[in-house]
Amino acid sequence: MRNLFRIILRYHYVFLFLFLEIFSLSLVVSYNNFQKATFLNSSNGITGYFFENFAGIFQVFDLKKANTELAEENAQLRTALQHYQMRTLNGSKQSYLAERNPLITMTQDSLNKIVYFFTTARVINNSVNQRHNFLTLNKGRLQGVKPDMGVVSAGRVVGLVTNVGDNYSTVISVLNEKWKLSAKIKRNDFFGSLSWNGKDYRKVQLNEIPYHVPVQNGDTVVTTGFSSSFPEGLEIGIVSEYSLGTGSNFYKIDVDLAVDFRSIVQVGLVENRQLKEINKLESLNYDGK
Amino acid sequence: MVNNLLKYSLVFIVAVLLQVLVLNRILILNMISPFFYIIFLLLLPFDTPRALLTFLGFLLGLSVDAFTNTLGVHASVCVLIGFLRPVILNNISTRETRESVSAPRISTMSLNWFIGYTAIFVAIHHLLLFMLEAFTFQGILFTLLRAVFSGVLSIVLIVISQFMIFRK
Repeated sequence: MRNLFRIILRYHYVFLFLFLEIFSLSLVVSYNNFQKATFLNSSNGITGYFFENFAGIFQVFDLKKANTELAEENAQLRTALQHYQMRTLNGSKQSYLAERNPLITMTQDSLNKIVYFFTTARVINNSVNQRHNFLTLNKGRLQGVKPDMGVVSAGRVVGLVTNVGDNYSTVISVLNEKWKLSAKIKRNDFFGSLSWNGKDYRKVQLNEIPYHVPVQNGDTVVTTGFSSSFPEGLEIGIVSEYSLGTGSNFYKIDVDLAVDFRSIVQVGLVENRQLKEINKLESLNYDGK
Repeated sequence: MVNNLLKYSLVFIVAVLLQVLVLNRILILNMISPFFYIIFLLLLPFDTPRALLTFLGFLLGLSVDAFTNTLGVHASVCVLIGFLRPVILNNISTRETRESVSAPRISTMSLNWFIGYTAIFVAIHHLLLFMLEAFTFQGILFTLLRAVFSGVLSIVLIVISQFMIFRK
């Protein structure tokens, strides 16, 4: 027994090393499931504080672009609103809007009950240089942010809220190998799954589109609405390249992202008010198995 | 002692903040992004106890992880290089120098020695980090290329920073 203590005392650093190494590797493995809520992520108060106070320094450079984008979006919304008012006056609520801007009409269902609810937040940290990129927003639980809310920039898909702290929240970006999003080709409604291969921050990959589907360069890729975090028809990007893998029944499609991930300043948060009900219903599908 | 404690705490904080607030935004040619923060582990005095080095490596890695949402990735790599530092130093310097000189610096050793010393640590750190981040052997060539090119930039940054801070 005394010998054992002597060995432990003598090689205490080896034991410390083994303990810390195994501990951190187990963190890596368990954190690979990104939706697991943990304290040590950028939505906690301390990291949020630093990001919030330093983000401004760098975002000054992006402000001009952000301004233009906001102005453009404003103009679009105004046009859409005007058309909407005119149609209502004329007694027909037919959705001219649906073609122009899905954000507006999708907020209402046939009973005029609001399904999708929008708010805004500021991006205080963002990266494109890793395999698993996240954004940090300056709003959290106290400001009404919830996990699984969709995140958009000027009506285009950016990511999904994962961890929510009191005043900050973390968003898993489209540029994250661990996230898959269901997406479709707008022209013909064929859907597949969208993911990122970690190589180019301007391009994501659309998979599982079968080879008989007509695909063209320049086709717009939009959300399907299956994920229930995003309304249907939000723009993701444009097909820039496609090829048929050898011996494969599916296309390899590169999609140019509509959002420039290096200069996101302001984002919109989309909340699906019926998410709880949908999840509850869908969980029934697996219960009786 | 208290002086050293203050000095190295400051190096720790500056290294982490510089990494997560500034350097993490760098992405050149879609593959190169430097990891400068390990400079903290490189600069610690020669007589730092091995257990302390290992623990500080863990703390350093975990701090960066908290900011970049990569829980455990930086921590596990930094624990290893903290633990390995004495072994590597034994191989590239003599006992006499380590006893006569307090800490590894360009001014106390030599420029060539410091570049080699930095290169060894950056190589181990970057190779393991990029592989662990990818967590797959798919596209291993791309991962290795990223590690090598980013490593070169990190070495340059670390060596240059020495001229800016410890100019005597």
